[in-house]
Amino acid sequence: MSVTTHAPSEKLAIKKIATNNTFFRVSRYVGVRLLTLFITVVIGIYLTIVIANMGGYVDQIIRGEIRDSVTQSMAANQSAQQMDPEVRKKLIEDRIALEEKRRGLDTPIAVRNARYLVNALQLNLGRAINMTSDAGSKQVRLIILERLPATLLLMGTSQLFLFFSSVFIALSLSRSYGNFWDKLVITLSPTSAVPPWFYGIFLILIFAAGLRVLPFGGMVDSPPPSNTFDYAVSVLKHLTLPGLSLVLSSFFLSVYNYRTFFLIYSSEDYVDMAKAKGLPPRDIERTYILRPTLPTIITNFSLLIIGLWTGALFTETVFLWPGLGRTLFHAIGLYDVPIIVGSTIIYAYMLALTVFILDFVYAVVDPRVKIGE
Amino acid sequence: MNNLRTTFQKLMLYPSAIVGVLVIIVLVVVAAYTMITIPYSEAITLWRGGEEVWYQNPRFAPPAWVNVFSNKKYSESFAVNTADGGIARNVTPGSDGVSTAEMTYEFDFDYDYYPQEMLIYFTSSFKEKQPFVSIELLTPDDRTIRIANFAIGNKFTYRFSQDPKLRAKLRAEEAIPALFSLPDSETLLKGKYKLIITGTTFEPDSNMEAEFVLHGQVYGLAGTDHARRDLTLPLLWGVPVALAFGLLASIGTSVLTMIIAAIGAWYADWVDELIQRITEINLVLPFFAILIMIGTFYSRSIWVILGATILLSIFTGAIKGYRAVFIQVKESMYIEAAKAYGASNSRIIFLYLIPRMIPLLIPSLVQSVPAFVFLEASLAVIGLGDPVLPTWGKIIQDANSNGALYKGYYYWVLEPAVLLMITGLGFAVLGFALDRIFNPRLRDV
Repeated sequence: MSVTTHAPSEKLAIKKIATNNTFFRVSRYVGVRLLTLFITVVIGIYLTIVIANMGGYVDQIIRGEIRDSVTQSMAANQSAQQMDPEVRKKLIEDRIALEEKRRGLDTPIAVRNARYLVNALQLNLGRAINMTSDAGSKQVRLIILERLPATLLLMGTSQLFLFFSSVFIALSLSRSYGNFWDKLVITLSPTSAVPPWFYGIFLILIFAAGLRVLPFGGMVDSPPPSNTFDYAVSVLKHLTLPGLSLVLSSFFLSVYNYRTFFLIYSSEDYVDMAKAKGLPPRDIERTYILRPTLPTIITNFSLLIIGLWTGALFTETVFLWPGLGRTLFHAIGLYDVPIIVGSTIIYAYMLALTVFILDFVYAVVDPRVKIGE
Repeated sequence: MNNLRTTFQKLMLYPSAIVGVLVIIVLVVVAAYTMITIPYSEAITLWRGGEEVWYQNPRFAPPAWVNVFSNKKYSESFAVNTADGGIARNVTPGSDGVSTAEMTYEFDFDYDYYPQEMLIYFTSSFKEKQPFVSIELLTPDDRTIRIANFAIGNKFTYRFSQDPKLRAKLRAEEAIPALFSLPDSETLLKGKYKLIITGTTFEPDSNMEAEFVLHGQVYGLAGTDHARRDLTLPLLWGVPVALAFGLLASIGTSVLTMIIAAIGAWYADWVDELIQRITEINLVLPFFAILIMIGTFYSRSIWVILGATILLSIFTGAIKGYRAVFIQVKESMYIEAAKAYGASNSRIIFLYLIPRMIPLLIPSLVQSVPAFVFLEASLAVIGLGDPVLPTWGKIIQDANSNGALYKGYYYWVLEPAVLLMITGLGFAVLGFALDRIFNPRLRDV
């Protein structure tokens, strides 16, 4: 008999080596991956800090601002005018030095950058320099937390709607491609070259300026309605235009991309086979088309979720929506490095974590994928 | 060459591509025309100019062609002066060097809305005795309204609406509507009006000139903004700026991405690894925030922003796509052959690897143009546009910060917006068609 059969003990040993190998492979992979991701985050954050300081150039701006405001306040001060010029000059210099110390300008820029970096990596976001939250706090964490709900509301509703509607519409289009609706989507897909804020301007023009049915911008009527129901209705009204412009700007391209993607997968032999077997279209979609495309869909979805964090800077600015994007824009205008760094580090961590977890998710949903190979 | 022709023939099968090509051709022609007729330096002086350049124009005036679509006509603007004979002058010399000049200008007023403002700009030369002028307006129903009498200096501007004496004389809150109405009513009177300026000079060499400016409710082809600037200037100059920014950014980004991807794929090992890591780092960096920081802290010059945009856009997902294809191409026979005859690395990369990718490059290049055009506009809209250049984004920003949509100056936003839209869609539809031609996998589906 030439058929090779292994003795039970031998079989076990092979299996053991295999599991050992798997364990070793996965843990080595996890280690290397975590390390590279961490280094990536560190370099990314350091670069952001350096850019937010413009390599020390911003310090000069801030120094100038401090000198200006101190001199101004002394000039406006009645009692300071009767002082001896020497004394007054000394007082001005002292106050400038104090203010520079408060801003941390007395330490060298390299040390400050390193300090920012270490604090940021520990998620120790610190205090903002100029900005305050509406509640009056200077804690970066609180400022960000205060704006987060607005961004999540706007981005969350629009992006989730966009994602699910485009996947499902694309699925049904891919089943009946070439029909009127399919052609319509293909024709309209170049409209996604236009950014959301731009649609926003047109929507404002039509619905706010022209028809006067929806507000121009903001998040809630002023003064805000006191009862919860009216408040919700008011927020919903304000949400409609920015949300619609975010959806409108990516809808057709998104549907087109998913549809093309599904079509490529539905021309596989096994799909034809399933059709030949007479399986109902729902089952074919679910088992033979959605399943192999799942890794890509999951990737898109998770990138969408972390993309919520950054907010929609331009759309929020055009609609005066009090979200994170606009906060970031304000922070930049006020040279508020801690907020810029804080916003970036959270995004960086979320991105790194998502990228890391996705590798494992792929292995779970797609049996062909093996971690670390 | 043959290849190019077949591509072009295939392209002509897509109606949208034809539209796209036409749009791009028109834009290029307009850009060339603009740069020849309004040179850069002149455009900058005009755009940055204040009242002294634009005093002849009304503020917030929609384009004149709105009258075509409206039953009620808005008054149009005009400016005439004595220097070039626009205002007729009849001089009667007197004794002792005294001379009197009667300057008259007759104009039709067939509109349904009052003009914004009327002004007369006087310039004169004299040694000691100031010239003296009196102004009268002859209405279609043959009334003579005495506007004002005064002595003028070397330079003097008379504003009809700002004269309290005139208001008192007309017994009206506002002078301009009262001048163009029947007495003590609010009925507008159409017909021929005649402005008569009688100027007296008291010295032999003394001389005077007058310029009569009427600020209507509409102006020119494109209208005007809050600083009286004619919007045709930024609309025209926006074309070359948008094209230059969009094309340079997309060509720079795509070509550099491709070269770097080719280098990475060819050398493999640590070069490839480094490029991959840089791409991941770039993913962490906040793109818009960095551009805004550069705009706020460093420079808002369009060239600096362009450079930063290209740098930040090189190491993106596209590099991975190119890399995957390059790694396949790298194994082909002709590359083996090139290696065998001893071709240098750079020769292989630039002459053998990269040309193979041109079909992939072109559609993505064209498709990425709108994104960059809109990026420039986006930055301008949040106030980070180039401080000297007139661009479409700047118009939208000016309009937004002046509450144009709220106050109903729709033309101000719509004109640049429609141009941006046409430009963006022109490139987008062409790129889309090119994508389907060059990527046959998409053609059937």
